[in-house]
Amino acid sequence: MSRLLIKHGRVVDPTQRMDEGLWVLIVDGKVARIAERIEDRDAEVLDATGLVVAPGFVDVHTHLREPGFEYKETVATGSAAAAAGGFTAICCMPNTQPVNDNAAVTEFIRGRAAAAGLARVYPIGAVSKGLQGEELAEMGEMARAGAVAFSDDGKPVHNAYLMRRALEYAQLFGVPVVDHCEEPSLAAKGVMHEGAVATRLGLRGIPAAAEEVMVARDVVLAQLTGGRLHVAHLSTQGGLDRVREGKAKGVAVTCEVTPHHLALTDQAVADSEYDTDTKMNPPLRSADHVAALLQGVQDGVVDCLATDHAPHHADEKVLEFDLAPFGIVGLETAVPVTYDLLVRRHKLPLRLFIALWSSNPARAFGLPGGSLKVGSPADITLLDLDARLTVNPDRFLSLSRNTPFAGQRLKGWPAATIVGGKAVWRRERR
Amino acid sequence: MSVKPAARLRRKDLVGIDPLSPDEIQLILDTADQMRDIAARPIKKVPALRGKTVVNLFMEASTRTRFSFEVAEKRLSADSLSFSAAASSVSKGETLVDTALNLEAMQPDFIVIRHFHAGAPHQLARILKSSVINAGDGAHEHPTQALLDALTMRLHRGTLEGQVVAIVGDLQHSRVVRSNVLLLSRMGATVRVAAPPSLIPLEMEKLGCEVHRRIEDAIAGADVVMMLRIQLERQGRMNFPTVREYYDFFALTPERLKLAKRDCLVMHPGPMNRGVEIDSRVADGPQSVILEQVTNGVAVRMAVLYLLAGGHGEPTAD
Repeated sequence: MSRLLIKHGRVVDPTQRMDEGLWVLIVDGKVARIAERIEDRDAEVLDATGLVVAPGFVDVHTHLREPGFEYKETVATGSAAAAAGGFTAICCMPNTQPVNDNAAVTEFIRGRAAAAGLARVYPIGAVSKGLQGEELAEMGEMARAGAVAFSDDGKPVHNAYLMRRALEYAQLFGVPVVDHCEEPSLAAKGVMHEGAVATRLGLRGIPAAAEEVMVARDVVLAQLTGGRLHVAHLSTQGGLDRVREGKAKGVAVTCEVTPHHLALTDQAVADSEYDTDTKMNPPLRSADHVAALLQGVQDGVVDCLATDHAPHHADEKVLEFDLAPFGIVGLETAVPVTYDLLVRRHKLPLRLFIALWSSNPARAFGLPGGSLKVGSPADITLLDLDARLTVNPDRFLSLSRNTPFAGQRLKGWPAATIVGGKAVWRRERR
Repeated sequence: MSVKPAARLRRKDLVGIDPLSPDEIQLILDTADQMRDIAARPIKKVPALRGKTVVNLFMEASTRTRFSFEVAEKRLSADSLSFSAAASSVSKGETLVDTALNLEAMQPDFIVIRHFHAGAPHQLARILKSSVINAGDGAHEHPTQALLDALTMRLHRGTLEGQVVAIVGDLQHSRVVRSNVLLLSRMGATVRVAAPPSLIPLEMEKLGCEVHRRIEDAIAGADVVMMLRIQLERQGRMNFPTVREYYDFFALTPERLKLAKRDCLVMHPGPMNRGVEIDSRVADGPQSVILEQVTNGVAVRMAVLYLLAGGHGEPTAD
């Protein structure tokens, strides 16, 4: 029997409305007891003095690139980056090579994750075969192999009929369909948010309407079908309004927002003089959209935060802005970026911050974890809210370094990551 | 106008008008004025850039701008070499950054770059020790074009301040309009732009101009009308219906020109689509300064090269 006792921490668990100084005893990978003081001479002890003990953080949106693009990231390096970022569980998108559109690939990814033995990795299967947007992939086979949701992320499900059928069929397995909402004919060949900054920089814009149009369509289809819709990386005020309306009508819709869409605006493209680490899709939006997203986080319309961790090799990002691929890494910066912004600067209650990263995403995707209730898997994130560190991509465990946050000094970092009662990562004290 | 002896352009690169102050713009135009004199001499050459090497890196087709830079470089006695995308390693898959680093390894003093993609000169300016001059990047900026346009206006009007300049055409895809709006508004001119709404980028007014949807509104009472080329190669089929209809609603015709001031200048950065955005009767008419623009382009580019090389005062005194 393995036993771990986490002493002297401040336990914050939104699922139990808990925020107090408590000790946590873990037995055989499960939360066994939470109390003011626990005597257990056999248990290994972890001293959490000065640290927050939270349900394990869950990132429902990452790209681990394996199979196919192992020079950008692998399941092993991606799950190491997750652990080092304070995440106990991550979901990975199916746009690999081959695409995760069948049970064999789903099993392969789970096997790699098990071998790495770090963060839990939950594959998301493709909605359509080969991400081609034409016919449904074998969702049932993938669900049986462990897929927790379906998405053609990277691309929207453009065909409304296919989206309808996916929302219907996925109900067999009780999993959400995750859509990258962007009307391609409106996004055209845009590379950044359409607005004053794009006009000045002479870059082709992606209008906010490209997102809003498709969020609106998807909410209508979710209402029609009764299916579960999750909107990936919501970035616009209009998109958020459509989700808000859907929720008010009782439609089963959830949404996520990324750290970078909250922390940065399209001005970053100009300030960095076309640095391709400010290029991602959806693009960094203008300040009015960012303000609306912050409001959505505060009033609860935004269900969860997610990184859209998108590793790319430096050789790919060194190109002209128009030619570089979309995407930035996020796993190892997400917690400090969002803590510093949301809790420290915008005074978001700590309990809500933790819910946005743990219980809420777990609930939206029906994942185990996200709670410290007795009997739950002992997936725990320890946070050092006083740690003030500088983002240094050279120390990333991810294979890629494409981040716009390099050099930023941020407060509030993960201190340790515990998965199934085992500490898979601890920050070295310096 | 004479250059104050101490006036220098204290920057490594010219990537756009946007970073320039009014004083810097003034300095370049004043220096260009002096460069014009050199072209009037029997021997059109001064030794100002003797021993300096200029690489003209043209990754997008250009005749006028490339020749203009080459003439400017030769008149300043620089050693220059030019190459175009088709002849370079780009066709072998080398990245822009690698191409530029390889060129820099040969220790040139200047890299003049024309590129299809916005921001390419900025990316090079960040990593190269050589001075980078933007000769047009995508739909972003074309600073030497705006400077030669300003020089031409100033020669005819004496000043840019208070001038009403109408710029009409494909605002969406034009780097010329962006650089011109930034420069002219910074120098105290009033800039009006006009295009079909489907060719007006969002929030264009924030660059510092009035935005109109009818050519007539833009050119009424104007001191200068600048027509932009309809970039047929960059249009999808959905931006406006036909060239015929464009001419009907947006071309500068003799009738429309009457709406402007009697002595209004007619300008065009070239190459012109005669009978599309501009009627030949206007392009070749008495108010046209289109070929003067080309002449002044050489003087402006000489001034930019000279100033970036650290030159100041009389270029001919060396």
